[in-house]
Amino acid sequence: MRHFKRGVAAALFGGLGVALAGWPAMLPPARAQAPAAAAPGLVAQGEYVARASDCVACHTAPGGVPFAGGLPFALQMGTIYAPNITPDPQTGIGRYTEAEFARAVREGVRRDGASLYPAMPFPSYARMTDADIHALYVYFMQGVKPVASTVKANSLPWPLSMRWPLIGWRMMFAPSVKDAQAKSARPFDDPVLARGAYLVEGPGHCGACHTPRGITMQEVALTGADGTRFLSGGGVIDGWIPTSLRGENRTGLGRWSEDDIVEFLKTGRIRRGSAFGGMSDAVGHGTQHLTDEDLHAIARYLKSLPPHDTTQTPWRYDATLATALHAGDLSARGARTYVDNCAACHRTDGQGYPTVFPPLAGNPVVMDKAPDSLIHIVLTGDILRATHQAPSAFVMPGFATRLSDEKVADVVSFIRKAWGNDAAPATAQDVARVRKALPRTEGDAAVPLN
Amino acid sequence: MASIKMKPVDAVVIGGGWAGSILAKELTEAGQTVVMLERGADRSTASDGAYPGSIDELEGNFRHKIFQNLSKTSVTIRNSSDQTALPYRQMAAFLPGEGVGGAGLHWSGVHFRMPPDDLILRTKVKEKYGEKFIPEGMNLQDYGVTYDDLEPFFDKAEKVFGTSGEAYTVNGQVVGKGNVFAPSRSDHFPLPALKDVYGANMFRKAAEEVGFHPYAMPAANASAQYTNPYGVQMGPCNFCGYCSGYACYMYSKASPNVNILPALRPDPNFELRTEAHVLRVELDGTKTRATGVTYLDRNGNDVFQPAELVIVSAFQFHNVHLMLLSGIGKPYDPVANEGVVGRNFVYQNVTTTTAWFDKSVYTNQFIGTGGGGVAFDDFNSENFDHGPLGFIGGSPVWVNQAGIKGIAAAKIGGPPGTPHWGSAWKKAMVDTYQHSVRMDAHGTNMAYRDVYLDLDPTWKDAYGMPMLRMTFDWKDNDIRMNRYVVSQIAKVTKAMGARDVHLGQRQPGEHFDTRFYQTTHLAGGAVMGDDPKTSALNRYLQSWDVSNVFVIGANAFPQGTGYNPTGMVAALAYWSAHHIRTTYLKNPGPLVQL
Repeated sequence: MRHFKRGVAAALFGGLGVALAGWPAMLPPARAQAPAAAAPGLVAQGEYVARASDCVACHTAPGGVPFAGGLPFALQMGTIYAPNITPDPQTGIGRYTEAEFARAVREGVRRDGASLYPAMPFPSYARMTDADIHALYVYFMQGVKPVASTVKANSLPWPLSMRWPLIGWRMMFAPSVKDAQAKSARPFDDPVLARGAYLVEGPGHCGACHTPRGITMQEVALTGADGTRFLSGGGVIDGWIPTSLRGENRTGLGRWSEDDIVEFLKTGRIRRGSAFGGMSDAVGHGTQHLTDEDLHAIARYLKSLPPHDTTQTPWRYDATLATALHAGDLSARGARTYVDNCAACHRTDGQGYPTVFPPLAGNPVVMDKAPDSLIHIVLTGDILRATHQAPSAFVMPGFATRLSDEKVADVVSFIRKAWGNDAAPATAQDVARVRKALPRTEGDAAVPLN
Repeated sequence: MASIKMKPVDAVVIGGGWAGSILAKELTEAGQTVVMLERGADRSTASDGAYPGSIDELEGNFRHKIFQNLSKTSVTIRNSSDQTALPYRQMAAFLPGEGVGGAGLHWSGVHFRMPPDDLILRTKVKEKYGEKFIPEGMNLQDYGVTYDDLEPFFDKAEKVFGTSGEAYTVNGQVVGKGNVFAPSRSDHFPLPALKDVYGANMFRKAAEEVGFHPYAMPAANASAQYTNPYGVQMGPCNFCGYCSGYACYMYSKASPNVNILPALRPDPNFELRTEAHVLRVELDGTKTRATGVTYLDRNGNDVFQPAELVIVSAFQFHNVHLMLLSGIGKPYDPVANEGVVGRNFVYQNVTTTTAWFDKSVYTNQFIGTGGGGVAFDDFNSENFDHGPLGFIGGSPVWVNQAGIKGIAAAKIGGPPGTPHWGSAWKKAMVDTYQHSVRMDAHGTNMAYRDVYLDLDPTWKDAYGMPMLRMTFDWKDNDIRMNRYVVSQIAKVTKAMGARDVHLGQRQPGEHFDTRFYQTTHLAGGAVMGDDPKTSALNRYLQSWDVSNVFVIGANAFPQGTGYNPTGMVAALAYWSAHHIRTTYLKNPGPLVQL
């Protein structure tokens, strides 16, 4: 999840200068007071909300103490660092009152009145209920150990170091709490759907990655009531393209069942594919900790979203190329590279060995309009991370040093064409572009120990 | 270097291989706090099995990347008591592992259950042939456990390992084309048998034709993706042949690293300490109770780890070595024929036969899987009448094509007599590599009074400890057994239509030669049994003398077996753990009263 926020921040600063209608923030009265010890149930409830909101992803440095901040967001023009949100009074949020805390989370305003960078997904958090915010606050104050740790100062040059222009952005693109909550309270046929909508649109902030953004980097839709562009697939983040979570047959969740989605969010691996890229973190930090009821609510809600792209023909398995490979015919573009490098795990028939090695046949990531994610994973490989219910991690090796841009384009084109996938081919230029834009490091991913 | 005393724990486990990982898992499940000490490095698929760098034959099979560092510790070896032993300085005859996973990471994957008769061999031989049939000087013994005792634990181990195979009988009913000599099982194998490679299929057909009973070897190389009872997952084997000596990059060869540790590492009651070299188990003044273990950490500090329970679960000969260094049990004295630690040290009696075929027959020996193949058991265990043959023991025979890689193939070269260089060698390589089948007689080695382990009086290791000394040689009974079984292979190679055959047979009077790889299946030296005069451990693998020490491994086998030892080691580990959990922890003390 943290990958996308870096991407958003980078893009935001790229496009800044638009929408600068600023006025001074109103400072709330400072009345910090230690909350009275709450029932342990409330702390646990708040921890659950923190999981659902995936706070830890951004507010923890690689190898650092959870929530002590320090995760760098390396931008072209400088670096910003996620703040320490442990209850340390000096370096963390220990002096925040609940009202100040709520305002920061839901409205993007710091205790001193300065605006938060929209790497913080407050446009989604805006719809979080008072009860959830209360539990979250109690958890951070009582369930998280204070850690005295001063996060490095941001190294942005003036004028980008000024936060006041962000006020305008907030005014234009972040909903008010009242409006957001009102929208979340829209009628649903089924209370499960209502719960799912709340989790997806609110704490889960799925749209932060999976909804396209406008030129000024705001999500073009924040809820399912804002049209079919909501969750219709996001822009490139660290070289990964978040897929559509709507009902597209080929590139969305059209062929996934409710149970598929639940299992995927719990274990990161199902018969239809495995989590990688930014989604690994989302499953690892967040969704695997949610209850079955909430996961079903999320899945049922996602299944209720009709496709944005209504032109897709249903995917059907086509054995032509697999049959050719079986017969030793490697004449198709990329076929030999595929057999030599990919087939041991993903099989010549593209079916893989789910849930260990994912299928490529019919996999929505593979058929995405843009080949970037597929190119990226061929170049760098990735890790299917262990979860509590699926304790094995699986590592795909990267081929960046072994395959030229042409070879990667060939094999990606083969995968996108074979087995009924029929997606547009990739070019060597595509590969060169993705290769150039790869993050210098692939995060803080520890090497799995199985 | 400092002297450090650690916080006491419930149990300390020495060695991070199969036995140690199984015991650590079982004990943490029982709520015990467990520290596992492994003297080597941590190892994982992502680091040691990373594709494609890991499939490097030079690094894996010739530079022995995941094996023991012999410059620190080794054993000394001699053929007989009148010789001075010399240290084993280069890997050759056997290949002990090092690092997390131990032999369970570098093994090939052959995963057998013990033949029931092997567990009661002394009783069986006496009953069938009379006590006089046992040669003078052979220490033939029963294990003190039966197949029925162990069956639930063989079953459990197979399910944890994701073992591929085909059953013959389940609950007494014939259910498949498995080994007709195999005992009945309580359940099927968790995965179907691996496919036959071509040479193994030729062998299967020929063995059937001459009246033997071939079957698919049970293999802990997964024939499909698999999730075991711990929820951990394996990938499917793709027959690449990089099994023995490697961390499998497909996650398809069972190992503690892939099959147990992912479920164990997150347990807050469990701690793994690597690069922790155990020097000895510490005993209290009475010498009947262990207080913990002393080890050297990676910085050379002398560390004492107190524990209520000590699990000695390193490799077979390290376990014996540690018992001798710690004073657990009475050391064996071959002259007085007294004492038990070091007694009944055994090896395995393996010879390889090669058949060559016309160039139209492609056997593609580079393909393979470590545990897969086709075997017949007509001359193993008590499956045949030994009476007229006059020897004890036997051999399964198999084509276990584990993938003969380039360097190994070049070293094998052509048939005997072919030069090992030059154009004749090249021609022989071309004529034979793709067109030959190798098969093993994988036989027993019995225990003898003058074959044993003790502390070497001459040589010390890098830690100043006396090294373990092996006194070992081949004996007439075992050589005759091998020659008989290999003579039966000739019938099969003939039916296979081989154009030329080299029968690998032991020669009468042959001595053990450490320079050539034979097998790493060493066993015995601290054996289990019902009589403390002839066994170091009771039937639960508990030391007779120090009841809070359990010693788990192939060291417990009273004599050699024709099968690979890992399946039996894993079953014994689960068997011992079961009795520790259900009986010992409730009332610590000897589990067998004399």
